[in-house]
Amino acid sequence: MWRIESARVIAGVARIVRDIGVAEELAQDALVAALEQWPVAGVPDNPGAWLTATAKHRAIDLVRRKEVFARKLRELGHTLEEDGAYEPDFAAAEAAADGDIEDDLLRLVFTACHPVLSTEARVALTLRLLGGLTTPEIARAFLVPEATVAQRIVRAKRTLAKADVPFEQPHGPERVERLSSVLEVIYLVFNEGYSATAGDDWMRPALCEDALRLARVLAGLMPKEPEAHGLAALLEIQASRSAARTGPDGQPVLLADQDRRRWDQLLIRRGFAALARAEAAGGPPGPYTLQAAIAACHAHALHSRDTDWRRIAELYAALARRTPTPVVELNRAVAVTMAYGPREGLALVDRLIDEPALRGYHLLPSVRGDLLERLGRHAEAREEFLRAASLTRNERERALLVERAARASLAAKGR
Amino acid sequence: MRFMSLIRINEDNVPEGGPDERLMEEMGTLIEEMSKAGVLLDTAGLRHTSEGTRLHWDHGKLSVVDGPFTESKEFIGGYAIIQAKSKEEAVEWTKRFLQIHGDAWEITCELRQVEEAPELS
Repeated sequence: MWRIESARVIAGVARIVRDIGVAEELAQDALVAALEQWPVAGVPDNPGAWLTATAKHRAIDLVRRKEVFARKLRELGHTLEEDGAYEPDFAAAEAAADGDIEDDLLRLVFTACHPVLSTEARVALTLRLLGGLTTPEIARAFLVPEATVAQRIVRAKRTLAKADVPFEQPHGPERVERLSSVLEVIYLVFNEGYSATAGDDWMRPALCEDALRLARVLAGLMPKEPEAHGLAALLEIQASRSAARTGPDGQPVLLADQDRRRWDQLLIRRGFAALARAEAAGGPPGPYTLQAAIAACHAHALHSRDTDWRRIAELYAALARRTPTPVVELNRAVAVTMAYGPREGLALVDRLIDEPALRGYHLLPSVRGDLLERLGRHAEAREEFLRAASLTRNERERALLVERAARASLAAKGR
Repeated sequence: MRFMSLIRINEDNVPEGGPDERLMEEMGTLIEEMSKAGVLLDTAGLRHTSEGTRLHWDHGKLSVVDGPFTESKEFIGGYAIIQAKSKEEAVEWTKRFLQIHGDAWEITCELRQVEEAPELS
């Protein structure tokens, strides 16, 4: 019950007290009151409304007490205004008590993902306030001590209060930037769960579900925002491959080798629907919508040989124009290779060789080695596989690369 | 985790005329709320069993019987697939689904966890 209602209760209260730390405390007070009263008086018909009303009541009380306190101080000759101290506006607080809940939730999302906070703090706060996760759950999921997460959350709340971050939705050009911070936090949570490996606590893969839920909530809150639907689409489709992406021994299975019959058709269908909404919302597609469109191309192909690589190469080109990063370029090179052949792919990869951001990135020599191999340049391919092997931190992958280097070496001699 | 709620209804206990306007309205609101919360993955009502067909496999022998099926009064009227953080959460949502039906209905929701790919454990 708490997991269902907590975000709404906190958001509703935060609008009144304008401080998410205080709002969370009041919401929890309301929960404690519920745990005391419900067993005696019975569970109310609408538990969520009961919690929200109770917490809001306490919030108004708090604002009123502060108001009285401030007035007394003034009577004693203090001028709070000069100190820039808290000046409560009781009328505004009461007016705010009947706000639109969806608006409150959006304010909460934007505040929890505010750029004054570090990325870790945004993630922890978002999971706690919006995902309804407890501090120990977050700690387990991110493999860090509980105290670290607790401290991150306390500090984050303090930072927000100190920076006087208004409990508002951003508007105008700021909104674009702030939205991308929100989307990034959710994507990060998903990837953290997606990168879970065998033996990890089950809380880690569960992060994928948390992120997926948050993405759906966000898309529901901002139906006109194409990128919110784009992110939801991307996560639905990526999550659809969960069952197929690890082999029986827990080893990762590459997209091309996955048993596509094990892809979750329900999630794929939901992903397609979300992508259609993103595209219908208009405007040039953003990075999440483009990545979702790429994922959708894979999802459409019943066999990897049916993949529409030309379309994927086009989408990567569009993505590279939007977010020109070396990693996107490298992916584009792979798609171009699949669509047009290794010579065209290699031309793109060769432009990345001196890219500082890719120095130490094992996939660059690994991809380049693969292309050289296909072009019959075995000796060069061997060099690249060995370099890639020295860069990867994954043992299984290293073994595979060393083996490929050996085969390339044989092929070179055999010529 | 994912749950399927199998909505079982007893033929003798369906209010005349089926769901009324109020129920349809509240159902719409709840479905919207659950979808927006990222919980409801799929839901639908099923058409009457008289239009259904049962295919039975008995150790190599196939039989096909068209509805209506007279031997049982209870039938599955619909289903919902719910994504929840815990069984408790799924139970809570299912309670809400039942509560909007009011006093006129008798329904059993059987909540069953969906077998998913073995988690990385």
